[in-house]
Amino acid sequence: MKRIYLDYAATSPVKLEVLVAMNPFLVQNFGNPSSIHWFGRQARSGLDESRKIIAEFLNCDPTEIIFTSGGTESDNLAIRGIINSKLKTKISSFTKPHIVTSEFEHHAILHTCKDLEDRGLAEVTYIKPDKDGIINVEEINKAIKPNTILVSIMYVNNEIGTVQPISEIAGVIFECNKQRTNNKIFFHTDAVQAVEYQEMDVLKLGVDMLSISAHKFGGLKGVGVLYVKKGTLLKSTQTGGAQEFNYRAGTENVAAIVGMAKVIQLLDVKKKAKDSMIKLRDYFIDEIIKMIPDVSLNGSREKRNPNNINISFKYIEGESILLSLDLAGIAASSGSACTSGSLNPSHVLLSIGLSHEDAHGSIRFTIGELTTKEEIDFTVNELEKIVKRLREMSPFSKEN
Amino acid sequence: MSQFDLYSEKVMEHFTHPRNIGVIKDADGIGTVGNPKCGDVMKIYLKVGRRPVSNKLKVKNEKLKTTEDYIEDIKVQTLGCGAAIAASSMFTEMVKGKNFADALKVSNRDVADELGGLPPAKIHCSVLAKQGIEKAIEDYYDKLKTKK
Repeated sequence: MKRIYLDYAATSPVKLEVLVAMNPFLVQNFGNPSSIHWFGRQARSGLDESRKIIAEFLNCDPTEIIFTSGGTESDNLAIRGIINSKLKTKISSFTKPHIVTSEFEHHAILHTCKDLEDRGLAEVTYIKPDKDGIINVEEINKAIKPNTILVSIMYVNNEIGTVQPISEIAGVIFECNKQRTNNKIFFHTDAVQAVEYQEMDVLKLGVDMLSISAHKFGGLKGVGVLYVKKGTLLKSTQTGGAQEFNYRAGTENVAAIVGMAKVIQLLDVKKKAKDSMIKLRDYFIDEIIKMIPDVSLNGSREKRNPNNINISFKYIEGESILLSLDLAGIAASSGSACTSGSLNPSHVLLSIGLSHEDAHGSIRFTIGELTTKEEIDFTVNELEKIVKRLREMSPFSKEN
Repeated sequence: MSQFDLYSEKVMEHFTHPRNIGVIKDADGIGTVGNPKCGDVMKIYLKVGRRPVSNKLKVKNEKLKTTEDYIEDIKVQTLGCGAAIAASSMFTEMVKGKNFADALKVSNRDVADELGGLPPAKIHCSVLAKQGIEKAIEDYYDKLKTKK
């Protein structure tokens, strides 16, 4: 059976160039980068070279690159690291530090914030996105208080692909910080879904911290980066050795890091393919709307990542659609509660104002550079049949 | 199918070829259960027939009914996940042709077992199917009352 993968936001296949770049660091240059002997130095040079490549990509200094085990760890380090650093400064009149984030962040951000709230270590404001899935910059401005020390807003939403105004938010924070002598607000963005398609120059973005995860763009699972601008008051969360400039203890995953640097090196060239991907995405969306009645696109059409198609299908449920797609060889994901294991459907879809029903009946397709028009045509064709069949079964269809 | 598959072969069979899907016009009893907010809704339609009671049930010196109500036909419409569709299909198959007493004896566990097991998070789908049948039978009795 021909399998069609349309779940690139979940993960991506490892690129051949990554395997080739990694290989020498598995059996030959396998040393621990912290060792001073030849083996260690070989590994260390691979690490240093990777750091330089990624720093060049983000337009920052190599000492501002922290290697982590992926997006979730980077997000945790960003949030907990700022709070921990604040808690370290024993001020007699201690006010809980305040975090501003959004309602539709990835759970790595949300659950971390909730955890800090539960433990009485921080107070958090969750900004609601508008119905198009965009965070209003003014809302952030209004939410900032004297005790705010961190703003964390994701760059591209992982479910609906909407792109947030990161530079504008940075501008607002910059203005706020002008009035502050101490107690600077730091700005973090979870850029895990943005790396392949959006502006990644951290100076242009104006962020203090930025998370990326290799397995979303052709690298290995289990490795990522947190960019930490010089002057950011961050305290490590994983303690032990002095690796990563004392920000993140633990022997570095050298081979995977080298692989990640390799694929990042190839990325600039790929940005040129952004336009053709947008065309393909729009074709996919338009075909679905054309062929299948009672559907709606979730999230802004224009301010959207080139790879994201998120559609609600009325009168039917997401998991049954996914199951049917899987039987046809097509891989996608859904905002339905049944697929998340909780009672509530996607918090992202609810936060942009979708009804529970529409959230349950949603499917996310994310395309990649290997996706072809033929695969999309096949998928839309199958979808049409699947939706028809499930609607015939449903008590809500117009026919019924 | 390996043990790591989400659903058993039987569940997939009922998902791809669900039994008794549809409506019954002028149904004798209709039961709607679940909540679109939860992503699970089942609507059960019953056609109730009357038939003579089987001789085997006759007990000496007892005042008996000579006829009984039974589920002559049953149809279901489902909005829900794979387990919901399969459970509603299997349940209707298991109660079709039974009298009410026997139909109500079929438990959600019976259905889950007949399906070769359901993942723990999906057991509630079989519970919903049972509730649907109960509601439809209730509706039948309610309708009878109003007819009188």
